[in-house]
Amino acid sequence: MSQADSQGGQGRTGVDRAGVVIAIALALVAVVLVVDALRIQANVVYGLGPQAMPIIVAIGLAVLAAGNFVNALRGGDAEREDMDFRPVLLILGGLALMIAIIGLSGGFIPAMTVLFAATATAFGRRAIVADLVIGFVMATIIYLAFSKLLTLSLPAGPLERLF
Amino acid sequence: MDTFAALANGMAVALQPMNLVFAMVGVLLGTMVGVLPGIGPALTVALLLPVTYKLDPGGSLIMFAGIYYGGMYGGSTTAILINTPGESASMATALEGNKMAKAGRGGPALATAAIGSFVAGTLATIGLAFVAPYLVEIAVKFGPEDYFALMCVAFVTVSATFGNSPVRGLTSLFIGLTLGLIGIDKLTGQPRLAFGVPELLDGVEVTTLAVGLFALGEALYVASRRHQIEEKIEAIRGSLWMTKQDWQRSWRPWLRGFCFGFPIGALPAGGAEIPTFLSYSTEKRLTKHPEEFGKGAIEGVAGPEAANNASAAGTLVPLLTLGLPTSATAAMMLAGFQQYGFNPGPLLFADKPDLVWGLIASLFIANVMLLVLNLPLVGLWVRLLTIPQAWLYAGILVFATMGTIAAKPSVVELTMLAAFGVMGFLMRRYDFPIAPVVVGLILGPLAESQLRRALAISLGDPMTLLQSPISATLLGIALLALVLPFVLKGMSRFRANED
Repeated sequence: MSQADSQGGQGRTGVDRAGVVIAIALALVAVVLVVDALRIQANVVYGLGPQAMPIIVAIGLAVLAAGNFVNALRGGDAEREDMDFRPVLLILGGLALMIAIIGLSGGFIPAMTVLFAATATAFGRRAIVADLVIGFVMATIIYLAFSKLLTLSLPAGPLERLF
Repeated sequence: MDTFAALANGMAVALQPMNLVFAMVGVLLGTMVGVLPGIGPALTVALLLPVTYKLDPGGSLIMFAGIYYGGMYGGSTTAILINTPGESASMATALEGNKMAKAGRGGPALATAAIGSFVAGTLATIGLAFVAPYLVEIAVKFGPEDYFALMCVAFVTVSATFGNSPVRGLTSLFIGLTLGLIGIDKLTGQPRLAFGVPELLDGVEVTTLAVGLFALGEALYVASRRHQIEEKIEAIRGSLWMTKQDWQRSWRPWLRGFCFGFPIGALPAGGAEIPTFLSYSTEKRLTKHPEEFGKGAIEGVAGPEAANNASAAGTLVPLLTLGLPTSATAAMMLAGFQQYGFNPGPLLFADKPDLVWGLIASLFIANVMLLVLNLPLVGLWVRLLTIPQAWLYAGILVFATMGTIAAKPSVVELTMLAAFGVMGFLMRRYDFPIAPVVVGLILGPLAESQLRRALAISLGDPMTLLQSPISATLLGIALLALVLPFVLKGMSRFRANED
């Protein structure tokens, strides 16, 4: 793609598809802002009501959507590196599991253990058992330090109630 | 003089044994977290915010000062030893610093960075102490329309200076402004963009956004391109100490760095990126050893590092006197104030002089501690860098989510954190700057309430924005700063076509 650009940007090869998607997303957010603002009913005698700012921001977003769209049509000047999306999905999976454990009141330590092991695996480690143990020890230390020493309330599950 | 009395008072507060402990813990924690690759000072402050939840306000702000400077110092260590600047302000340092480390002069590079940071940081803190009272006097006269205009200037400069195109910077800013709208409108009690989710009524937490964008976003980004980058830690060989010649070549760049950093940081002109690069190019031009530039010239470390620290102290000027954060780190500091219900600004100087001057005095103390602790402990910090990347990022994610869990242990909040992480990842991938989002979130609601207050006072007449000379001037500057990059770009394209 970058080669085509340097030769004068031939036709559609120069269009930055991600840029177009970003522009559309910005325009959608602008629409959501306006729809939400029109729903608000508030009587403000003088000055601006709570609807005004969302509308202003929406106008800005609409203009920027147009700007991003034009830039995208001109073609991406940035050639993007190849990405490996598997580790990203793995980390996001770890985050989702962590949230589920917290949501089902499974407690802080199991949730963090899972997150630690998932992230370590995403970064290329292939020792899931060892990483689970390390994550568990680390989460336990953090839990004890923060809930006992700093008296922060971290979510407690069956395991944490033992302490 | 007043300033001396106030500062002496502040010193008395900061030198209390407990506060010294807080400053020390802050400096150590800040350096420890800041030294980790990919973690800049803003994220350091965001990650360590939960540690201060249960402390008293004075102690926790003092700890903050330590974390702030510690995080900056740690960032420069990483930049020099493994060439991964955690933030754009350390990029100039990495240019020459990493070359020096490769040439076996890592010790003097770290030393000139540390001593230069100390010199410039101390000078800048003195500057802060003397400029702040004057600015406070001016700020008292500011009406809501003037504040609004000032925030407009900050919006434009923050989004135009970060990132490589104004459209991208402004897009980031407006994403932040949109997030800032979520929640209950403070003046009328109307919910906005909450979509019936009760947790959204309180609005988006700055820490959740910052940790999601910076920590999660960075982790996802690094994970996605892990196969391409190779990090190599340069061992510190040879002497840690600077030779006589190193000193001779360093002191002028330190002072010049301060002269760039402090004023540009103090003006709402958007962070430390500009002064560090100005300093780098100046040193490159003035040096007597031009042949060394690009191969590890000590001036190229001394100047930018001093500029970086001076501008960090400089950004505290608008933050403390006007409540105006002009960098992501300053926005995090503001969040630190807000967790105790304090709003920095002229009123805070009048209401809580102990707190404000105690904080300023702690900056001096933190600077001294950094100098005393860090050079001897540098071996320890370097060892942190040898933690395998997989465990490092796994640990960072655990810490990052822990902060959110400690603040608001709800599924909605954690989901928001994950969503911001994905957003941060996409913004990195598609080259949108992150800092304007954070500044937009924290400044947007403030700007809105000032604008609405101004218009309520003027009975709805928008001309009030132009009738105050201060506000008219500031709005003019904002407009100019907004339009100028586009005009210049258009002109250069025109010229290119002519050729």
